[in-house]
Parts: sequence; C-alpha cells; structure tokens
Amino acid sequence: MGEPPHVVTTMPTTRRPGCPFDPPAELVDARRHGPISRYPFPGGVPGWLITGYDLVRSVLADPRFSSRRELMRHPTIDYGDIEIPPAPPGEFLLMDEPRHGRYRKPLMGKFTVRRMRLLTERVEQITAEHLDAMEQAGPPTDLVTAFARPVPAIMICELLGVPYQDRGSFQEQVDSFMNGETSDEDLIAAYTSTQDYLAELVAAKRANPTDDVLSDLTDSDLTDEELRGIALILLAAGLDTTANMLALGTFALLRHPEQLAALRTNPTLADRAVEELLRYLTVAKTFLRTALEDVEVGGHTVRAGSPVILSYHTANRDPDRFADPHTLDLRRQDGGHLAFGHGIHQCLGQQLARVELRVALPALVTRFPTLRLAVPPEQVALRPETADIYGVKSLPVTWDG
Amino acid sequence: MDARRCIGSGMCVLTADEVFDQDADGRAVVLRPEPPAATRDAVRAAVELCPAAAIGLSTDR
Ligand code: SF4
Repeated sequence: MGEPPHVVTTMPTTRRPGCPFDPPAELVDARRHGPISRYPFPGGVPGWLITGYDLVRSVLADPRFSSRRELMRHPTIDYGDIEIPPAPPGEFLLMDEPRHGRYRKPLMGKFTVRRMRLLTERVEQITAEHLDAMEQAGPPTDLVTAFARPVPAIMICELLGVPYQDRGSFQEQVDSFMNGETSDEDLIAAYTSTQDYLAELVAAKRANPTDDVLSDLTDSDLTDEELRGIALILLAAGLDTTANMLALGTFALLRHPEQLAALRTNPTLADRAVEELLRYLTVAKTFLRTALEDVEVGGHTVRAGSPVILSYHTANRDPDRFADPHTLDLRRQDGGHLAFGHGIHQCLGQQLARVELRVALPALVTRFPTLRLAVPPEQVALRPETADIYGVKSLPVTWDG
Repeated sequence: MDARRCIGSGMCVLTADEVFDQDADGRAVVLRPEPPAATRDAVRAAVELCPAAAIGLSTDR
C-alpha cells in the first residue's frame, strides 16, 4: 500500500501575499509529498485531496466518481445529518449519466468550434466598442467594470437571448452568487429573484421564439423548469469565468512585462498565450467528486462514499507534466491543461471562452501600449478562496492618454 | 471514433481540424479516416486530449 499519505487539514487555504497567481502554498506543498493526500472533511468524514495532474485527470474520466449533488460533502461546512436534495432539473453540472446527458446533448451542437468561430466578428465589435469607451472616458479606470465583465456578458446574453436592458441587473445577481462574500440571506434572495427572472424569460421565449439558444431549446421535450436550470448554469458559467480570466489575465500580463510585450508585438502568439494563461491562472480551481465504490487511486483505496477534492490549479502546475510549471511562458508548447476540466463534464462553453479571450486580450494590450496598474500590485483586491471562481474584484489601470 | 461517447468538447477539432469536424449536433466526425503523415502528431494529441476517450487510433499502417 506504499507510504502513508500526507494529510492536509486546512481548507480553504490562502495564497501567499505577493503571489496572487500561484495556488495556495499548502496545496503546492501537498503535491510535493505526492499527488494524493488525505483531507478530513467536517464531521469526521475521511476524504481525499488530489493535487497531481495524472490522478486528477484519471478521476475526472472515471464514472466511479460521481458529480451528484446529493452525494457531495462540503469541504468546510458540516451538514450533519441534513439530507441534500439532488440538483434541480437542468443544473446538469451536478448530475451523472444518464440525467446529465439529457441536458448536455441538446446543447452540444450550439457550442461547436465552428459555431463559436463564427462569433469572432461580433466579439471584435463588442471589444472595440468597449475599448473606444475606455479611451474616451480617459484614464484611470476599473478594467473589471469597463471591459472584463461586459464583453463576455454581452456575448452570453446574446447567445442565450437575454434582452439588452436586463443585462446589467442580471450581471449583478450573478456576481453576488460567485464572489464568495455574499451572506446566506443575500444569496437566497439573489437565487430567488434570478429564478423568477429566468421563469419569465423562458415563458417569453416559448411565446415568441427568437434567434437564440434558449428559443431553440423550447423546440425540444425539455420542460420550463429544466430550461430555467440550463439557462442558469450557462449564464453563470459564461459570465463569471471568462470575465475573471480577462481581468486576472491582464493583471498577470502587467506583472510579466516581457510576456506582455511578446503578445503585443506578435499577435500570432494569441492562441498559445490564451492556453498558457488558462493553465497558469486556472480560475475554476477546485471541484468535488464522490466515490461510488472502492477505487484505487495512486496506491490508496478511496472508499465508497468518500468525498474527493480535485485541485485543478495544482494539477496545472504539476512539474511532472509541465516543465517549469510556475513560470508564465506564453510560448509554451506543452498543452493539455485542465482549466476546462476533463471527462464528461468538460466545459461546454470552452470554445466560446477561447474566442473571447483570443480577441479581447490582444486587442486590449495593443490599443493601450502604456497600460499599467493604477495602484501598487498588492492593493489589487482579490477574490477570497471561498469563491468558486478565482479572480480580482477590481483592477484599477491607467495609461498615457 | 465512438460517437456515443463524444461530449462535443471540440478538443479534437481544435487540435487537428484537417482530420476532425463536428456535426450539427456537436458530435465529432472524422473527415480523414487515414490521416496524412503530416497530421500524425496532431491526431495523437487529439486522442490524448479527448475528455471522453472517444477517439481511438489503429496502428495497422
Ligand atoms: S475531443 Fe472527444 S469529446 Fe470532444 S468533440 Fe472530439 S471526440 Fe468528441
């Protein structure tokens, strides 16, 4: 059975001051001891933490590990004997096959490489509009509100068919779900009003289908409740992840001027640069699974019912997989990062995210050659580790006007 | 190529677009069942990257 496993007891861990892009030191350290560690979940439930690339990937591909919400344990909250209900209809991230497939399958054709590439021009337009507005308003600005949030928000809303005038308030609601700092009361309020909003939206699409994904889906056997769940997942994922990649990506580039210069002078680097930023930053940093039966993982037996934390950000910094993993190198050749996950839940919107990042990042750094932080880097407010998606709360930037 | 396993991630198209495409339902289709030698590395990468292990490579060539 090999060495007794390393034990990690702190969760969530925090990042070292001055290292906003590196995973928390405890997790990097755990990976040094081996790709799998013990992690005692609250309430005395023995669980595991997987930090190595190969093992994270193999668990993600293994149907013996479940994504079902009702089986999940929270890494820090003790729910005691409370029974967790299964994920509501449509929220397919927290389901296994065959329930998951019922929702993913009708969506697959809507997010293909080809379809997303057709949106390039629209992304270019939206990007240019926002850069124009930034230029006109003059420095300094908060890059999050001026650029990083609106560009993906407009794209996902247009794709799904959320009316223009509703975008602002919707964006705020989604932000309160995702920022990791909202009180339980406010979370419930935001969830309820979002559900109400989406119920109206689905009813409107049924009555008057327009040219968008949600309208298309009304033409299937999916119920209103299911459509609401799907819309919630797609909107939340489409808004928050790319927005944080854009803002945190810009922050990282500003802290690595030679890399930024390489991207600015060599636009053909864009594709590779985006993949490297996805790997280096891994904003969707950890996910949970639960073993359905006893499974051997890295020489240890993960017992049926045991919860497992998968640390994508340390997997993407695994020295056995990536040479010099803690270096941001936009010319890096070794692909295959896990920023979009792996297995049947691998991100459905990844091709949309790629198109957005490939267009928006180079456009930003080329339009503002003197772009820089408007505050000392340690004053940039970061999201807490309790947030599902990592990122910056705001990114004050300035430039020579 | 096992279309039932495919989850439409598009990784294969992204990696080797001369060899793979996706149909209207998002499922991968093989454009060139016998990929030219020049695409061999890309095809290997596509097999390796496929999140659903839906692509197999036969080596009897
Ligand atoms: S990489 Fe695999 S899952 Fe993704 S589209 Fe290709 S065959 Fe399907």
